[in-house]
Amino acid sequence: MLQLNGKSVPPQGRGEQDPAETLMELREGEHGILEALEVPEDIAQRLMELGFIPGSRIVAARSAPGGDPRVFRVDGSEIALRRETAAALRLRTLLTTQLPDVS
Amino acid sequence: MSGCDGCAGCATGTLVAPVAGNRAKVVAIVGPPNSGKSTLFNRLTGLRQKVANFPGVTVEQHLGKVRLGGGREVVLVDLPGIYSMTPRSEDEQVTHDVLKGRMKNVARPDAVLLILDSTNLGRHLTLAAPVLSLGVPTLVILNMADDLRHRGGNIDTAALSQQLGAPVVLVSASRGEGVDAIFSFLEKETSAPVPVELPIIQDVPRCRVWAAKIGNNAAYQAPAPPLWTRRLDAIFLHAVMGPVFFAIVVVAVFQTIFSGAKPLMEGVESLIAASSDWVGSVLPESAFRSLLIDGVWGGVGSVVVFLPQILLLFLFIGILEDSGYLARAALIADRTMARVGLQGKSFIPLLSAYACAVPAIMATRTIENKRDRYATILIAPFMTCSARLPVYTLIIAAFIPNHSLLGPFLGTQAAAMLGLYVLGFLAAFATARVLKSSVLKSERTPFMLEMPPYRKPTLQGLALRLLDRAKVFLRRAGTVILGVAIVLWVLANIPLHDGSAPPIEQSVAGTVGRAVEPLIRPLGFDWKIGVGLITSLAAREVIVGTLGTIYGIEGEADSKGLQQALQRDLDLPGAVALLVFFAFAMQCMSTLAVVRRETGGWKWPVLQFTYMSTLAYVSAFVANRAVAVFV
Repeated sequence: MLQLNGKSVPPQGRGEQDPAETLMELREGEHGILEALEVPEDIAQRLMELGFIPGSRIVAARSAPGGDPRVFRVDGSEIALRRETAAALRLRTLLTTQLPDVS
Repeated sequence: MSGCDGCAGCATGTLVAPVAGNRAKVVAIVGPPNSGKSTLFNRLTGLRQKVANFPGVTVEQHLGKVRLGGGREVVLVDLPGIYSMTPRSEDEQVTHDVLKGRMKNVARPDAVLLILDSTNLGRHLTLAAPVLSLGVPTLVILNMADDLRHRGGNIDTAALSQQLGAPVVLVSASRGEGVDAIFSFLEKETSAPVPVELPIIQDVPRCRVWAAKIGNNAAYQAPAPPLWTRRLDAIFLHAVMGPVFFAIVVVAVFQTIFSGAKPLMEGVESLIAASSDWVGSVLPESAFRSLLIDGVWGGVGSVVVFLPQILLLFLFIGILEDSGYLARAALIADRTMARVGLQGKSFIPLLSAYACAVPAIMATRTIENKRDRYATILIAPFMTCSARLPVYTLIIAAFIPNHSLLGPFLGTQAAAMLGLYVLGFLAAFATARVLKSSVLKSERTPFMLEMPPYRKPTLQGLALRLLDRAKVFLRRAGTVILGVAIVLWVLANIPLHDGSAPPIEQSVAGTVGRAVEPLIRPLGFDWKIGVGLITSLAAREVIVGTLGTIYGIEGEADSKGLQQALQRDLDLPGAVALLVFFAFAMQCMSTLAVVRRETGGWKWPVLQFTYMSTLAYVSAFVANRAVAVFV
């Protein structure tokens, strides 16, 4: 049950069945497995301390009104990131993991 | 006090110098943000401490004493929250340096209380690796035990203790559950931890894997997601309802501060008037009686009246902070902040600047980007601090008739007050814009902010906070304001004419006031306001006391009299100009001192003072002319 109401972030050209390539492309309620952090080293370090470690499962949650920043659920916490940061966090695309989150 | 006369959070870093040999044991509280450090600190020391689970609230090291059996004491240090031992913000640097024993004038702690959120152990346990590797005796405290239980989580503390090689206790700091175990740890002679194994602490993924393994071995069961937090976020972060709720909160705060505080303020006022009358009746007519009644009661009393109002403001800020709503507000604000080149993290210091710029400027230490941080420091004094409240209240009450605008929800006086708050806010943002597109230009920095679960603010936390603010306010009234009031009374009563006080215009104070009058005439101010502007350079609210003293000597002491006296001496354009002047001017020694300290020199505070004073003068002039056209 993909949420396609006004709240979820526009998928930006991402088709119904296409997997999301970055955190940015996840719709609200979807999840993905983090593959790589394409950000400068010190920012990557901080993101990892917050739980954004390659291999971890990340769920897209709510966003600020207007869609930016967005909140992501990772490792038991909720962390807000700006769009540009979320777009630099690449997801694994081989697996069909992007089902609605039930937790 | 290093020039900052007692704003809270101003226990400026000078820890008790360690006395060699027989000194008290020093114990540090360490933990990630949102783990409940401050709540535990309150619980253990009973001392005041800001309780909030947000980056930057415990920027300063807060000290407290824990009483143990046999009259012994332990010094407790509450360190800023850290995610790892790799320091990235100034805040984390402090924690890092203290723990490594590299902080000047601070003894390396004899023991550590590592506090972690038991509902989020997967991530929080990661911090155990670097902390345990310090080799300092450590008690691992798993907080939020009640929450863990409610949400169906579980942990075997004995197994965890074995894995970590350090004692582990499960507590609820907010309810006091399990806290006895912490006291007995503090009582004992403790030894360094002997963990089963430790990962390479620089390698975050590996630390995380280590933490997961340790958690597994201790049968850790993560609790179900916080349902209430999700339900509340569905409202507070809703595209429409979120901002609407935000606006409702803001308006409600202002309306309550204005009308809700009234009966309390009238109570304080009549107490002050009664005590003043009593002093007047028991003392014979003399210069000393005049000093007490006009100087002390007139000066200090007219400021103390505002205590209930200021406490109400702090109560609201406290509730917003402790409940976790502030993080959502920062999230909502991020886009707006980005537009002027700042980020959501600047929002928190700026919001606390509504209470007082001094702790706000210290709270900017959580902002990693130095240019963002300086910009936030420079604009913080534009936010309407509580010292402006007495000035605004007095002038608004004297010049703006109270009509209802939105039924019982908003009156004209509250709206005027709200307008002044907005004015300060706009000035801050315009200034940020200018700074961030010129001298403090920098690249957009990533914004990462944890959204803590909503929590019910504890009564103890709020009470300690208010008590602390009341102390700070009264201490200020008893020192700076009292001092200025006495000096002013003396200056208003010399030189003596034939052994008696001169007419106030011819006193030293009057002469000074009239000397500056030509300069402030264009703004619509007379010499009395001039004297107030000079004394309020020490602190803004001093002007109320000064006017209280001046008019008191003229024979109109109480606040009703003060309002009437002002109405005589000031016209509406002048009153508006005065409000605008106070909105922009940098009249606060404490703020200048803290800016100098935080930016490491006089360059920024001097620039800030010059800029704000010029802006205040020019805007007050424009406001005066603009209003004069309409009336």
